Amino acid sequence: MTLSEAKLHEQIVVMYLENEGSIRRRLMDLGILPDTVMEPVLASPSGHMRSYFVKGTMIALREQESDCIYVKKRG
Amino acid sequence: MFSKIMEVNEELNEAYLKENKECCIALVGNPNVGKSTVFNALTGMHQHTGNWPGKTVSLASGNYVHNQMLHKMIDLPGTYSLWAHSSEEEVTRDYICFESMDVCVVVCDCTCLQRNLNLVLQTLEISNHVVVCANLLDEAEKKHIEIDTRKLQEELGVEVVLMSARSQIGLNELKEAILRCREKQSDDYRIPVTYAPQIETALAHICDCIQTSKGNPRFLALKLLEQDDRFYQSVEDPQAVKKVVDEQREKLKRANLLEHLEDHIVSALGMRAKQIADTCITYHNQSYYEKDRKIDAVVTHKVWGILLMIALLSIIFWITISGANVPSAMLSELFSIGKEHLNIFFLQAGMNETVRSILMDGVYQTLTWVVSVMLPPMAIFFPMFTILEDFGYLPRIAFNLDGFFQKCKACGKQALTMSMGFGCNAVGVSGCRIIDSPRERLIAILTNNFVPCNGRFPTLIAIITMFFSGMLVAPYNGIVSALLLTAVILLGVLLTFWVSRLLSMTILKGMPSSFTLELPPYRKPQFGKVIVRSIFDRTLFVLGRAVSVAIPAGVLIWVMANVTLDDATLLQIIADFLDPFAKLFGMDGVILFAFILGFPANEIVVPIMIMAYLSSSTLLEMNDLTALKQLFVDHGWTWVTAICTMLFSLIHFPCATTLLTIKKETGSYRWTALAFLIPTMIGLIVCFIVSHVLAPFV
Repeated sequence: MTLSEAKLHEQIVVMYLENEGSIRRRLMDLGILPDTVMEPVLASPSGHMRSYFVKGTMIALREQESDCIYVKKRG
Repeated sequence: MFSKIMEVNEELNEAYLKENKECCIALVGNPNVGKSTVFNALTGMHQHTGNWPGKTVSLASGNYVHNQMLHKMIDLPGTYSLWAHSSEEEVTRDYICFESMDVCVVVCDCTCLQRNLNLVLQTLEISNHVVVCANLLDEAEKKHIEIDTRKLQEELGVEVVLMSARSQIGLNELKEAILRCREKQSDDYRIPVTYAPQIETALAHICDCIQTSKGNPRFLALKLLEQDDRFYQSVEDPQAVKKVVDEQREKLKRANLLEHLEDHIVSALGMRAKQIADTCITYHNQSYYEKDRKIDAVVTHKVWGILLMIALLSIIFWITISGANVPSAMLSELFSIGKEHLNIFFLQAGMNETVRSILMDGVYQTLTWVVSVMLPPMAIFFPMFTILEDFGYLPRIAFNLDGFFQKCKACGKQALTMSMGFGCNAVGVSGCRIIDSPRERLIAILTNNFVPCNGRFPTLIAIITMFFSGMLVAPYNGIVSALLLTAVILLGVLLTFWVSRLLSMTILKGMPSSFTLELPPYRKPQFGKVIVRSIFDRTLFVLGRAVSVAIPAGVLIWVMANVTLDDATLLQIIADFLDPFAKLFGMDGVILFAFILGFPANEIVVPIMIMAYLSSSTLLEMNDLTALKQLFVDHGWTWVTAICTMLFSLIHFPCATTLLTIKKETGSYRWTALAFLIPTMIGLIVCFIVSHVLAPFV
């Protein structure tokens, strides 16, 4: 599944990224790498942006980015 | 205070006399880790700080003296990486790579050290004169995060200083560490991260043929391997090196490593950071972020989130308006007593009547209005706004509003620059640098003026109080004023969305680009410091600007109101000339002229109107707004005039400072002209419609 499909408050593990261009590098710099554990924590009022807990920080991403991040359930 | 300055001065002189040594230090770090706070703590300067990523958009430099040596420090914009992808990252990367500096201090946030280590490792790849400053120790302690400094130093091979810059903890240790780091003479660079064996072999081959006096050969090899050709300047015999680089790239291609070379490098950095973090950091309380999550659940709630935002805005305005009433009245009382005494004094001193009139009726009148009407609300508004900023609320606003900006095909970070516009539009415009996409940055710049800055609040508040809430009794008048002002602001925000959307559909076509928004942890605002600093740095700064414009404007308006041509004053002539045009938009010639004269600073719009009306009237007591309202009504104001004036104040050309900033940021006269024309045209259209629709109801 993709990161946008992950349920709120459910821990997931990043498998691979299909984002391209500078955002790919930016996401990786923020710690969103294969094997990283993430957790969707908040959904914005419009629902098109969610914030994720990753490596002790909260990073908000729009659907267009999280649609390209492939993840699996943790465990 | 004075003796302290002398002391520092003496120390400085001594330092220069002694050996004329100096030490150049660069501060780098992820956004929002407190770099500016560390910078301020070391240099004693007062760079504005705030709890949101991207606060520092330009370079600040400052000095301090330690151990009789002058330390020059430069505060670089926050960056997640040194592999430039945005303009801020480029500034920082270029500085570290190409500028000569003695020590590079990497500031980290103890509460999310693992992410920060990424940047530390990247810096270590470039330079061997690095000190790691692990800031926000107090917060890490609160969250029961324990950092094993000794192990961390071993892993990184450089000194690590734990500190809490806000409470001045660890400052001396950092200064000492910087000093030791500078004296370290070694040229052997550490290898902070090892990559896949094939990449390592390639790097070794390239390193062998690199002859350089500038920088770390391994880092140069890495950059050349990644085809960052600017780095050929730093090597001798570039042709020979290029040959080797091409050979090695070919080899990597065969090993299927070339295509995703960058991925391999970033992953290796990330893994190393995780490995270090795992050995050096212990989380004693896994649910350390629970409190933040609870607050976030409320402030970003589907329904309450946006309502709470509006409510907060109204409350801030309510406190500002009702709190400013009394001091404003007192100041104005004080100034009118001062005026009497000064007048008597000048008369007794036998001063020329014209000079006295220019000074008192021109300069003094404008100046005192600006001070008495602007100072109290600013002194209340700025600290409250800064407290919200310090707390970390601004990024949540961006998170809440992102849906709207997405619909307008604009960047969600525009909410941040919009919020900054409340203080000053020029600051908001230069803040737009946090937006990476040039198209979205232009949208943010062109629409920043739709939120009223502090210079326009007094005009709005004065008109609201005179015409809409003045007749009510306390506390209702304050509440009504605050709600009306909030409504005006919301209109400005709606216009921001609408114009952004319009621009995205016409001259700035394009799809929304990618961006990430970090929501920093909430921090307890430092109330005392916030109040002192926001009054001294922001309030007095804005007031100073307004005063420096008010003085010449006072003279100008006096001359225009007193020099006559064919029995009419210049002011009347111009106002009469503008009158038919202004009437189309529900205003009059004087109002329009006041806006034009207010071009250098919006603060002086109301005083100009008052003086223009006074030049054909005899009312002299302007302490209370009832008398002022009478003056306006005598000159034909109705509530529709009041509405149109408020609308035009919200939607008209940016002030001179903002336009200059727009020119600087866009580097184009065309965009600057558009920034002038768009709001002016919209303002005129809105006023035209409103005045004609409402006219029958007067």
